[in-house]
Amino acid sequence: MSDEFVTITNLDAHYGDFQALYGVDMHIDRGEVVAVIGANGAGKSTLLRSISGLMPNGSGQIKFKDADISGLRADEIAHLGLALVPEGRQLFPSLSVEENLIIGGRLQRPGPWNLESVYALFPILAERRNSPSTALSGGQQQMVAIGRALMANPDLIMFDEISLGLAPIVIGEIYSAIPDVIGQGVSAIIVEQDISKALSISSRVYCLQEGRVALEGNSDTITREAISQAYFGV
Amino acid sequence: MKNDNTVRFTPKNYVVTAVLLAIVTAALAAAPYWLGRADLRLAGEIMLYISLATLWNLLAGYAGLVSVGQQAYVGLGGYMLFAFTIFIGVPPILAIPIAGVIGALLAIPVAFLVFRLRGAYFAIGTWVIAEVFRLSFAQISALGGGSGTSIPASIVKSMAETRAARESLSYWLAFGLAAFIILFVYLYLRSSKGLALTAIRDNELAASSLGIDIWKTKFFTYVVSAALTSMVGALIFLQKLRISPDAAFSVNDWTAFVIFIVVIGGIGTIEGPIIGAIIFFALRETLADLGTGYLITLGVVAIIIMLKAPNGIWGILRDRFDISFFPLLYRVENQKQDR
Repeated sequence: MSDEFVTITNLDAHYGDFQALYGVDMHIDRGEVVAVIGANGAGKSTLLRSISGLMPNGSGQIKFKDADISGLRADEIAHLGLALVPEGRQLFPSLSVEENLIIGGRLQRPGPWNLESVYALFPILAERRNSPSTALSGGQQQMVAIGRALMANPDLIMFDEISLGLAPIVIGEIYSAIPDVIGQGVSAIIVEQDISKALSISSRVYCLQEGRVALEGNSDTITREAISQAYFGV
Repeated sequence: MKNDNTVRFTPKNYVVTAVLLAIVTAALAAAPYWLGRADLRLAGEIMLYISLATLWNLLAGYAGLVSVGQQAYVGLGGYMLFAFTIFIGVPPILAIPIAGVIGALLAIPVAFLVFRLRGAYFAIGTWVIAEVFRLSFAQISALGGGSGTSIPASIVKSMAETRAARESLSYWLAFGLAAFIILFVYLYLRSSKGLALTAIRDNELAASSLGIDIWKTKFFTYVVSAALTSMVGALIFLQKLRISPDAAFSVNDWTAFVIFIVVIGGIGTIEGPIIGAIIFFALRETLADLGTGYLITLGVVAIIIMLKAPNGIWGILRDRFDISFFPLLYRVENQKQDR
């Protein structure tokens, strides 16, 4: 199936003796936005860490553009065009806003994103380009984290809980920028606690429960009942 | 909006520090004309320790590579200087960069070995490697084996005719190398590679997921600092004129004191190792008569600084006076007007 952009087959993940993912199967098509929802500890972040290469994977478990990326290091995967907006933003505190963005652009992959276009997307960052990243508000830091991932001109961008710890008005502001990001033909995986936000922005949704896929469906046809059953496992 | 109130350095501050830096550099370059023989020797030694501390700080403070084995390269550089001048007849000044190249070449396989280790294991591993270097050089009878060897007087005289000229030359080499190393580290940290290194230090996971090859960045830093440390080692033993395995690969002289300097000066800053070296020598010159008491005092000073001022003496000065001679960090401008 050439339409499949990312194919995840029977993915397991472990933290020491603790198993976080059990045989997860998943696929993301080209240009598609997929939401991954689930309770705390369901394995959402682990899934993104596995895809990014921050966790060791078994061979053949993750394919990206028909190539097996399961055994690659995180930096090699980034070179192939996968970018992560990590949970908790993970900016570089010693660096300025602009330097954080420049770091993201070090890969020099061709594409629409550069300092100018990121500043056009988030004008406040242009104003604060020389500020240390720690001096920014949470929402602005999240914009830096998103901009930093975009600077690599990824083919697939993964958002890990970008609304975490932010005020609702700020969340709205950040989510309103997402369509501009994905509109550029980029595929996306959105991990989100806020289910309605996740459903409104995605075309398909996966629900994880205790490391397993409990539900898969189209975001606009899936029912609340099905979600709460898959979410809580009752 | 008055949001953009932080800059790398304020212009006023920039001019003041640039002028100060120029004056100090000129005064130090002219030291042979205004310092006595003993003091000039001491000044040269301080320059060599500033070099070693700056390089160790690049490794530990920026690349997160806490090596306890940098004496491997000090000793190697010293021995290479002796080998190339005595056996091949290379002029001593040319032998210094050669020692650097050999240091880099040897650092490559060493890095492949020790980079498999992390944290404390890395520290121990580097120390073990340095011991291997020491034991290996003790086996080379052409270089005096375990008891060491001296540079023939003819080679020493080939550098300069008079003793005073030699001492001045030796100081200028130490001063020049220290200035070069500080400038190199400063420019390196402000380059794109240095940005990546800072990012790795800040957050290794985020850096790798942005496509930074952590291994390669650290490897490059390790090899370059090994090369420069070997050059410092060559210069150290060009001044001592005599080398032995125990002196060349001394963990006390070339690593323990260097760590002390960096820690009390302020790790992870460019100014820290310079301040630390000055404090170290001030303590050494005033307390040297105490014998063991001198080492105890050093230990107590190190413990107090680590507990009370983890950013070192430079951290205290920077916070109190808001100064920076080598601006890498951001500082807040016109904070008060905003309130």
